[in-house]
Amino acid sequence: MPASASNEMPAADLPPRTEKLAASIRQLCKEYRLSSGSVVALRDVSFDVPEGDFVSIMGPSGSGKSTLLNLLGCLDRPTSGGYFLGTDDVARMSDDQLADVRANRLGFVFQSFNLLPALSVLENIELPLHYSGQLSRTSRQRCERLAQRVGLGDRMDHRPMQLSGGQQQRVAIARSLVNDPRFLLADEPTGNLDTSTTAEILDLLTELNNEGRTILLVTHEPEVADLTRRTVVLRDGGLIYDGPPTGARAALQATAVRATASEVHR
Amino acid sequence: MTAALARYSRTVRLSIKSLLLHPMRSALTVLGILIGVTSVVWLLAIGEGISQASQQQIAALGANNIIVRTIKPTSDDFDGSGYGVTRADYVTLNSTLPTIDAAVPIREVKAELRRGRRSYEGRLVGSTPEYERVARLKIAEGRFLTDIDGERQRNHCVLSAQVAEKLWPIGSPLGDFVQVDHEFYKVVGIVEPRAASAGIGGSMAAEDYSKDVYIPIRTMWQRLGDQIIQVQPGQFRRDLIEMTQVTLRVGQPDEVIRTADVVRNTLDRTHTLEDYAVTVPMELLEQANTTRLMFMVLLGIIAAISLVVGGIGIMNIMLATVTERTREIGIRRALGAKRRDIVGQFLTESVVLSIVGGALGVAGGLLCRPGALWIRDLLERSIPEQMAALPDIVRNIEPQLVPWSIPLALGISAVVGVVFGVYPAVRAARLDPIEALRHN
Repeated sequence: MPASASNEMPAADLPPRTEKLAASIRQLCKEYRLSSGSVVALRDVSFDVPEGDFVSIMGPSGSGKSTLLNLLGCLDRPTSGGYFLGTDDVARMSDDQLADVRANRLGFVFQSFNLLPALSVLENIELPLHYSGQLSRTSRQRCERLAQRVGLGDRMDHRPMQLSGGQQQRVAIARSLVNDPRFLLADEPTGNLDTSTTAEILDLLTELNNEGRTILLVTHEPEVADLTRRTVVLRDGGLIYDGPPTGARAALQATAVRATASEVHR
Repeated sequence: MTAALARYSRTVRLSIKSLLLHPMRSALTVLGILIGVTSVVWLLAIGEGISQASQQQIAALGANNIIVRTIKPTSDDFDGSGYGVTRADYVTLNSTLPTIDAAVPIREVKAELRRGRRSYEGRLVGSTPEYERVARLKIAEGRFLTDIDGERQRNHCVLSAQVAEKLWPIGSPLGDFVQVDHEFYKVVGIVEPRAASAGIGGSMAAEDYSKDVYIPIRTMWQRLGDQIIQVQPGQFRRDLIEMTQVTLRVGQPDEVIRTADVVRNTLDRTHTLEDYAVTVPMELLEQANTTRLMFMVLLGIIAAISLVVGGIGIMNIMLATVTERTREIGIRRALGAKRRDIVGQFLTESVVLSIVGGALGVAGGLLCRPGALWIRDLLERSIPEQMAALPDIVRNIEPQLVPWSIPLALGISAVVGVVFGVYPAVRAARLDPIEALRHN
C-alpha cells in the first residue's frame, strides 16, 4: 500500500481494487507561470486506465492534450493532483526517479519519430537500454528481433534518413518496446503519415494492445480514435468526455460549435 | 565494477563517434590543446636545458671553492700604486681559516711565448701544485708542477694542449724549452684541453684556458716581479699586482658559505680599496636555483595561458554542440537518460578532445630536442649574424626533457577538459526535456 497518496490529497483516492490499473489520474492540474501571469493548462483531470486498455485522447489544439501526455510520460510534474503508475505516485518523484520510470516502464512514440540521425536503426532501437542498465550480450539479439518484428529486418544498418516516414515510425515503435514496457504512450503517431502507412502503424499498435500492453495515444483524427477502445476528450484543460470512441465525435462537435459560437458572439 | 567499466567505455565510444561527425571542428579543437601541451613540455625542457648548462658552468668553478680575485680599483682614492690580493693576504687566509683544505695562489700575466721562430700570444699562470687539483686539470703527458719546482724556483712549465700544439706542431714538447722574454722554461707536462668558463656575474669574467702556460708562482715572482707594464699604441699601463687570484677550497660543503663570510671580513680589515672580489660558486648555484624556479614559474604561466586558450576553444565547441544537439538531448531524456547521463556524455566528449590533444601534445613535446636543434641549425644557416650576437648559453641551447612534465601536461589537459566541459555539459543537462524535444 502506498502511503504517499493518503494525507495531503483527501480527494485523490487510491485506485479502486476491482481491476488492475495501469495508470490512475487524480485531479491532475498543471499551471504554467509566465511573466504575464499564469496559464492553466490542465484542471482537475481524473480518469483511470485499466491494464490492457487502449485509450485515445482527443481535443482541439490548446485543450491540454500535450500537457497531459507530457505528465503521463513523466517528462513533467503536475502542479497538483496525483498520477499513479500501478501503485507508485509519479507526481512526487524526483527528476532521477522520473528518468528511471521513463527508462524502464514507459514506451514513447512521437509524431516526429525522434530518431537519432547519427545512429543506425539497430542502435536507435537499442538506445533506451543505455539508460535502463539492461544492456547485455543478449540485448543485441533482442533489438534484432524487434527490428524484424516491425518489418525492418533487412534495414537494421540503415540510417533513419534512408527510411520512409512509416518505416521510421516503426523503428520508433520497436525502440519503445525494447524495455518491454507495459504502458505505451503515443503522441499523434500517425500525424505525419499518409493513410496507408497510418493503417500499418495502427495495425501494429492494435497488435501490441492485443498482447496486453496498455496504450494511450493522442490524436486529432476521429478515424484513429475509432480504432481504440475508449476516448478521452479534453477542452480548455478540462475533461469533457470519457467513454467509447463513438460518443467522442458528438462531444468534439459540441466543442467546435461552442468555439464557433464564441467567435460569433465576439 | 565491470558493468560500470563497460558502461563507461560505451560512453567514450559514443562520444568519439559524435566527435567524428564533425572531424574538422574536432581536429581544430584538439589542435588548441595540442599546442598548449606541447608548449608546456617545450618550455620546461628549454628552461631545464638552460639552467642545467649554467649550473654546470658554475659547478665547473668548483662548488667547494671560494674565489678571491684581484680587481682594479675604480675609486678616486686609488693612487696607481700596487693593488689587489697580496701575499700577506694569502698567508693570513691560509693560516687562519681552519675549514679550508687548500689555498691556491694564482698570478696571471699575458706573455709572448716563443720557441725558435714560432711565437704565440699566451698567458703565463703562476701557481702551486694544488692548482692541478683545485682547477681539476687532467694531465695529458708528463706531470704537473711539484713542490720542489716551487721551492727551488725552477724554470719548469706545463703547457695547455693548445699552446703545445701551436709551438710544437710536430713532436713532443716534453723536455724542450719555451722562451718568455729572456727566460727559458723547461716543459715538464701538458694538460688536456679545458672548456672555457663562461662569465658568471660579478668578478668572474669569461676565461679562456687554452693559452695557459703554468709555472711555479715563486718562479714567477722571482723572474717577473710584481710589476706589469703594458705598452700599446697610445696607451701605457703599469700595474703592480702580487696575485690575481686565490682559490680557497673548503673541506665540508656546508661550511662554504660561512667560510666565505670570514674571508670577506678578513680582507675587508686590511683593504681600504675595493680591489678584490669574492666569488662563491655555491652562492651562485643557490641563486641559479632560485632563478631557475622563477623561470619555471614564468614558463608555467605562459604555458597555462595557452592551455586556457585551448580550454576556451573546447568550451566554445561544446556550447555549439549542445545547442545543435538540443533535440538529441530531449530524445535521450525522454528515453530515460538522467541529468547525470547527459552531463557524463558531454563531459566525456570534452575530456576526450582534451586528452587526445594532450596525448598528441606530449608526442609533440618528445620532439622537443630534435625540433629545437633543427630550428637552431636553421637559424644559424639563415641569419648567422643575428645568431652570433646571442649569448652562448642561448646559442648552444640543448633542451632537456623534464620527465615529470609529461604526466603534468597530460593531467593538466584532462583538467582543462573537465573544467571547460562542465559548463556546457551542465547546460545540456539543465535543458527541459519537453522544450528540448520541441526544438527546431
